[in-house]
Amino acid sequence: MATGLKIKTAAELRTSYLRQEMFPTIFCDGCGLGNVLNYTLWAIDDVGLDLDRTVFVSGIGCSSRLPGYIDADGLHTTHGRALAFASGIRAANPELTVIVFTGDGDGAGIGGNHLLHTIRRNMDMTVILVNNFTYGMTGGQAAPTTPDGGFSSTTPYGNIEHPLDICELAKALGAPYVARWPVVSPAQPVKSIAEGIRKRGFALIEMLTPCPTAYGRRNGLKEIEQIWRWYREHTVLLDEWEWVEQFGSPEERESLRGKMKIGVFQDIERETFEERWAALVAREKL
Amino acid sequence: MSTHRELIRRALGPRVQFVQGDDACAYGAVLAGCTFFAGYPITPATEVAERMAEILPRIGGCYIQMEDEIASMGALIGASWTGAKVMTSTSGPGFSLMQENLGYAIMTETPCVVVNVQRSGPSTGQPTMGGYGDMMQARWGTHGDHEIIMLCPASVQEALEMTIVAFNLSERLRTPVLVFIDGELGHMRERLVIPNDDEFELVERPRATDRATYRPFAPGPDLVPPFAPFGSGFRTFVTGLTHNEDGLPRASSAAIHDQLVRRLAAKITNHLDLITRYEEFYADDCEIAIVAYGITARTCRDVVEEARRRGIKAGLLRLISIWPFPEHIVARWAERVRAMLVPEMNLGQIVHPIREAVAGRCVVAPYARIGGELHSPAELLEALEGLQWQPA
Repeated sequence: MATGLKIKTAAELRTSYLRQEMFPTIFCDGCGLGNVLNYTLWAIDDVGLDLDRTVFVSGIGCSSRLPGYIDADGLHTTHGRALAFASGIRAANPELTVIVFTGDGDGAGIGGNHLLHTIRRNMDMTVILVNNFTYGMTGGQAAPTTPDGGFSSTTPYGNIEHPLDICELAKALGAPYVARWPVVSPAQPVKSIAEGIRKRGFALIEMLTPCPTAYGRRNGLKEIEQIWRWYREHTVLLDEWEWVEQFGSPEERESLRGKMKIGVFQDIERETFEERWAALVAREKL
Repeated sequence: MSTHRELIRRALGPRVQFVQGDDACAYGAVLAGCTFFAGYPITPATEVAERMAEILPRIGGCYIQMEDEIASMGALIGASWTGAKVMTSTSGPGFSLMQENLGYAIMTETPCVVVNVQRSGPSTGQPTMGGYGDMMQARWGTHGDHEIIMLCPASVQEALEMTIVAFNLSERLRTPVLVFIDGELGHMRERLVIPNDDEFELVERPRATDRATYRPFAPGPDLVPPFAPFGSGFRTFVTGLTHNEDGLPRASSAAIHDQLVRRLAAKITNHLDLITRYEEFYADDCEIAIVAYGITARTCRDVVEEARRRGIKAGLLRLISIWPFPEHIVARWAERVRAMLVPEMNLGQIVHPIREAVAGRCVVAPYARIGGELHSPAELLEALEGLQWQPA
């Protein structure tokens, strides 16, 4: 399924899809959230979504501010609970398209249980989970995704906890579509977000996104160019990763340490909650 | 093809039934037009969810069992924004978990109904026993300044009726409404007569009609903004942050916060005439009053009659709406009586706003009973007799 990218300029996207009165954004210099927003809009444009029939839902945190910028229905909810609210929207009106913006802390920390159960039910929605390794809005505390040894304001001596691999979790739970991309190049994320929207069922796109302000500066990645380069150098395509694991030399295998696998991890079919509920109602309605 | 109202009738079954208070709440919700229920099992409220799980698919609605009460409340709010009438039910521990999203519903003016079939706490407490320990949590449980509406029925029939009223108030004022019963009433079976459609009112939330002039949180003269459901093309942004009348975040503005939070409170306190409900016995000829609510009030009716047979000029003020507190009604009684006996199935909660309303004009005597047992008529009678000799 090729997505023919008709690349609109930022100005065109802004006039077509955004609330002018919300600008400028709250995002810091070097933050990747503006890119996540652009990629989402490109994907929406590609899919041809009707924004009158689309709801953007989010929790709390930097990434959860994204729905506010889009000229559509938006529900900026409580911390960690975006998927619960989104499930209510989908269950009550399955004709609406639901796109969720959440973060690693919001979506996988405080909201981890909802992530698990929303995937289990297979609610039909697209979740764009922005992972910046930290709680950015509160100034950079350790998150469930903070790398081993990573420094934050609450791990001043280095993080001792094991980080969570959100995509592995989603895959294990049977999410129909699971992908992870760094924000540093547009083509793959745009394609994945479009595939996620088209996907019947729960689609998770994890976006690895630099936070130079709250995370980078404590981890030797303070400069914008430097941290963006770090994401290029520390992400490895799934195919390449697997090839190295199977056939690589010990040195090549060693080079995978501290890096992250990127790509489409799962693309399967599975009946959704909405489909099953509709079938139940068709059977039981008086 | 049956109409939706006909479907509801068929799903509810016979007009006269012998059912529990929990069932009556579910029936009331369905009659009020509820088509969405999100919940999590908890004793003694589970039967509300069970009835909804049975009925909703039969009328084309949706029941979803969430992973916890936090998620139930979240799903409820999401569903309400699609335009559905929505309800959840819970008990103490679950109600504690709902507090944050309850505040979100208040802040975002989201209609929803929450039934709390109370049990005794703190913590897990007495899951199968009744209690009224959440009365103050209902008022002050979610953070920040706010008003809340709470109805406290005293019978199975009234549980149905007050659930309908709760939906109507919630729709009319775009705010969460609480229906508070307890484990005793929730599990007690009584005769229930399901009212015909012409025997009760059905209220729908005010709807926005003109997209060009639509401002999602700009209130009408009654302080309630018109509603545009998600998907209607009105493109509403909803946030729990302090927001302006366009719904956009303005979290650092003292003026906007002040205006918003005061309006949210005033849209409730300005409508006491719609909300306040109570029942009076011997109001005009009473020296010693019992002020009671919920299941406790049922005992009091007989106690008052027996006291009067014994020569005590007793009366009863039964509060049905608890929040906003009907201060003017209690104050009126305080002008006339020498003493008020306030029996509660907690260590004294509603006695506090009663004292505030009374403002020293008469004796206020709390009578606390916890542990899951109801007050006995004999002990209340004895308490009334004791109050007879209290100096005014």
